Amino acid sequence: MKFETEYKTIESVAGPLVIVGKVGNAGYNEIVNIRMANGELRLGQVLDTSEKYAVVQVFGRTDGINIDKTSVSFLGETFKVGVGSDMLGRIFDGQGRPLDVKASISYEDKRDINGEPINPVARQMPSDFIETGISSIDGLFTLVRGQKLPIFSGSGLPHNEIAAQITRQASVKNQSEAFAVVFAGIGLMNDDAAYFINEFRKTGALSRTVAFINLANDASIERILTPRLALTTAEFLAYEKGMHVLVILTDMTNYAEALRELSSAREEVPGRRGYPGYMYTDLASIYERAGVVKGKKGSITQLPIVTMPSDDVTHPIPDLTGYITEGQVYVSRQLKNRGVYPPITPLGSLSRLMNNGIGAGKTREDHRGVADQLYGAYARAQDAKSLSSIVGAEALSESDKLYLKFGDEFEKRFLGQGFYEKRTIEETLSIGWDLLSMLPETELTRVKEEYVKKYYKKK
Amino acid sequence: MGAIKRVSGPLVIAKEMLGSNMYDVVKVGNSGLIGEIIQLKGDDAVIQVYEDTTGIRPGEKVVSTGFPLSVELGPGILGGIYDGIQRPLSAIEKKSGTFISKGIVVEALDKKKKWQFVAEKEIKKGSHVKPGTILGHVQETDLIKHYIMVPNHVEGTIKSIKSGTFTVEDTIAEVESKGKSTKLTMMQRRAVRIQSPSKNKFRSSEALITGQRVIDTLFPVAKGGTAAVPGPFGSGKTVIQQQLAKWSDADVIVYVGCGERGNEMTDVLTEFPQLKDPKSGKPLMERTILVANTSNMPVAAREASIYCGITIAEYFRDMGYNVAVMADSTSRWAEAMREMSARLEEMPGEEGYPAYLPKRLAEYYERSGKVETLNGKVGSITIIGAVSPAGGDITEPVSQGTLKVVKTFWALDKALADQRHFPAINWLLSYSLYLDPLEEWYVKNVGEDFVKNRKEAMRLLQREAELKDIVQLVGEDALPDSERIILTIGRMLREDYLRQSAFDDIDTFTSLKKQAVMLSAMLHFARSASDAIAKGVPIDRVVKMSVRAEISRMKSIKESEADDTGKKINDHINSEFIALLKEEAQEAKE
Repeated sequence: MKFETEYKTIESVAGPLVIVGKVGNAGYNEIVNIRMANGELRLGQVLDTSEKYAVVQVFGRTDGINIDKTSVSFLGETFKVGVGSDMLGRIFDGQGRPLDVKASISYEDKRDINGEPINPVARQMPSDFIETGISSIDGLFTLVRGQKLPIFSGSGLPHNEIAAQITRQASVKNQSEAFAVVFAGIGLMNDDAAYFINEFRKTGALSRTVAFINLANDASIERILTPRLALTTAEFLAYEKGMHVLVILTDMTNYAEALRELSSAREEVPGRRGYPGYMYTDLASIYERAGVVKGKKGSITQLPIVTMPSDDVTHPIPDLTGYITEGQVYVSRQLKNRGVYPPITPLGSLSRLMNNGIGAGKTREDHRGVADQLYGAYARAQDAKSLSSIVGAEALSESDKLYLKFGDEFEKRFLGQGFYEKRTIEETLSIGWDLLSMLPETELTRVKEEYVKKYYKKK
Repeated sequence: MGAIKRVSGPLVIAKEMLGSNMYDVVKVGNSGLIGEIIQLKGDDAVIQVYEDTTGIRPGEKVVSTGFPLSVELGPGILGGIYDGIQRPLSAIEKKSGTFISKGIVVEALDKKKKWQFVAEKEIKKGSHVKPGTILGHVQETDLIKHYIMVPNHVEGTIKSIKSGTFTVEDTIAEVESKGKSTKLTMMQRRAVRIQSPSKNKFRSSEALITGQRVIDTLFPVAKGGTAAVPGPFGSGKTVIQQQLAKWSDADVIVYVGCGERGNEMTDVLTEFPQLKDPKSGKPLMERTILVANTSNMPVAAREASIYCGITIAEYFRDMGYNVAVMADSTSRWAEAMREMSARLEEMPGEEGYPAYLPKRLAEYYERSGKVETLNGKVGSITIIGAVSPAGGDITEPVSQGTLKVVKTFWALDKALADQRHFPAINWLLSYSLYLDPLEEWYVKNVGEDFVKNRKEAMRLLQREAELKDIVQLVGEDALPDSERIILTIGRMLREDYLRQSAFDDIDTFTSLKKQAVMLSAMLHFARSASDAIAKGVPIDRVVKMSVRAEISRMKSIKESEADDTGKKINDHINSEFIALLKEEAQEAKE
């Protein structure tokens, strides 16, 4: 055991921050133990260190901290977490302590939770198609292994169901490689957390899942840790154990709010809407941990969920997220109100890595064209719809009426599907062609002629 | 040598630093992290550290190198992929594997590789040389002759110079000045924050050809000019930057990925070596230098990456090359400035950005330009900066500070991107102040018709937008045919001319010649159609003309066939309209 000095020199406590005086040589980002008068230990981290004092951020509550009696010891290392394949099937709290009462865990290594940036030259371009079984995603904004694709949603929308469905159904064609799910619940309500765990249990996914759960009533500062614990575990499983890991981060909005809370406690100059100016960098340090790297078998795919405050995509959280991630999937309130499940709207949704994962040999030769044509036709249907609300459906031209009908059918048959319905990409494309065949052949200008000939269904 | 007093994120305050200069590079802590002095207060120095400061403690040593932040310039730099402080990423990978560890020291240039140096004939013993004088060259790649120049602080008489095979550290020449002799190598160092001197700056008078129709035709940028591309996420900033890096006719490209996605850099890294220069057929990587500081790499180095890129560009400009710098994205650089400023507890300006933000932006863009170099050559730097405004709202300080200084503005439009209209450059909001100065160049190189057609096209697009507003209210049927045809023409221009696929093998690049052919065919159709309608031909028949399909397919016609196809289409337009008018006359008689 190494010698640790205990400092009983707390000078002030404000929010989640404790200032410890007369320290002199605390390391930046060093981990500290805070010993309460009753012997209870709490964890903290050094945020600012100088010759005279150290500012410590406490992971957990600060109630009971006493300037006279509480002592602080500096552990000489950064925040490390145990990792191992033993963690699969287990549930942890937001600080990485097992929540279930099963056998103890044997960790294989201890890792710094902040990780290190992946060298861009060591990355490999993600190009393996992930079949989620959801037509809108597979067909129009395809997910590929190593991508970070957030779900932009709003309160009251079924983003949890969508995430659960993807987790249950996601597979890579013709491959049966080791697959794992790492779940980070950030500031989750207990019933939401229970929903996910139940879903995983029901479908047998739990045995290949590692879950970290920070509940809404847990200390919000802990939320800074939770996604990092999850990603450190995911990196171990992906790059040491060769597993393909799907990481679900929900809800990143809670994460960003914790970041803001911390920033305001530190009396930093606020940026937009009170969020700190470094939020872009901070979010990037989480999202950029997705990827495929050369020479390693595994990969990390991220599916963060962002609930947009008042459905506003220009809010800093979805805005900065969109600048970092490789596309986004929008959940639409209008579609949900119209009874479409999953209410994922193609309008605005995008996968930046789609082109690498589709086409002949990966999905099908006509995939790109079908996606473009469906998107174009649906956008056209929206125009027809807004026009009809002005001039009335009667006054629409024949072609506008046709598109209007296409739009309805598209929502019903392509976007809409069952919660337990898993469609193969062939099925998805086939539905796509059914719908496109409602339109005259000459309208299909975005699909190559040879594919129109091959797949267009003449009446 | 000093010692650390305080650590707060990337900001370190060190004491006992008297004697160091502002902007000196320092090694911080026991692990020797690289940093730069950004403030001096008595004995104390405030340092921004370019690596993660985790684990650094007060009391650890700080050593000043005595030099400002510099880049190493010399043969071996082309095709290089560097981080924000010019460390080659592949060398880092060799040392630390997949992830970038802290405190890695690697050489910017390969010091062992030998290059064939050919001395200039005119430079011999006794020649007087000045800063910038070309001593000789190395054929570094098939595309670029790398000229070896006298560094900016050396002047004197050549004592010796020799051709041969050397490393970048071997002496190739000796210069004597006032009895003092200086050994010159093929490598030089330049401080990144200081603009490299030149003799004269000219007004730009030549267009940078990008092969992108909306840019070259409507909103060109001049060689030596500046352009900004602001746009929300998903509007295609990065694709535009990459397209320009691939296809613009600059001699050397410096691509700075500043605080952007890792996979985007990987995309560039995997794609560029496979792409061939349209003129020479050589790999594009041979003229490209990448500076990649992705969003998860240390924030302070983002600032450095921007300056590192422009300094490399100036070096090639001084050789007489046209250099284009793509900076993606300048907003991340500004945010890095904001972060450091906040940690310095400076009084914030707008939206928390430091008050000196507009000045820094202006200073940076001022390093562009077409110049007469110290050695009498003419070179240029074009800067194309992407801006990522929060929420896509360009009233924010970085966009505004940029728009104040740049002369070309490509306004990316979310609505266009949502319609999958790429490049999503809005033709009504964008502008280029180079249109007038470049007009003569366009007339000379493309033809007077092209200039006329361009103005005509712009007028039609403007008119179309006005008419669309009316249609929104009353429906298209309420317009007379003479106006409805403008809607059709506007749509043709938008969909078949301005829209261009970056992912289609042919459409990705359109030469100016082909642009002229395409535009002329479209406007020929437009004029003929207006004529026909004035003569009473109903619009439905014009809209259904078969030649329209030919016009819309022009974008996928090979460069070599553009001329012939253009002529053919013009003939078809003529014959089809004549037939239409005849039929119409016939029907009128009956």
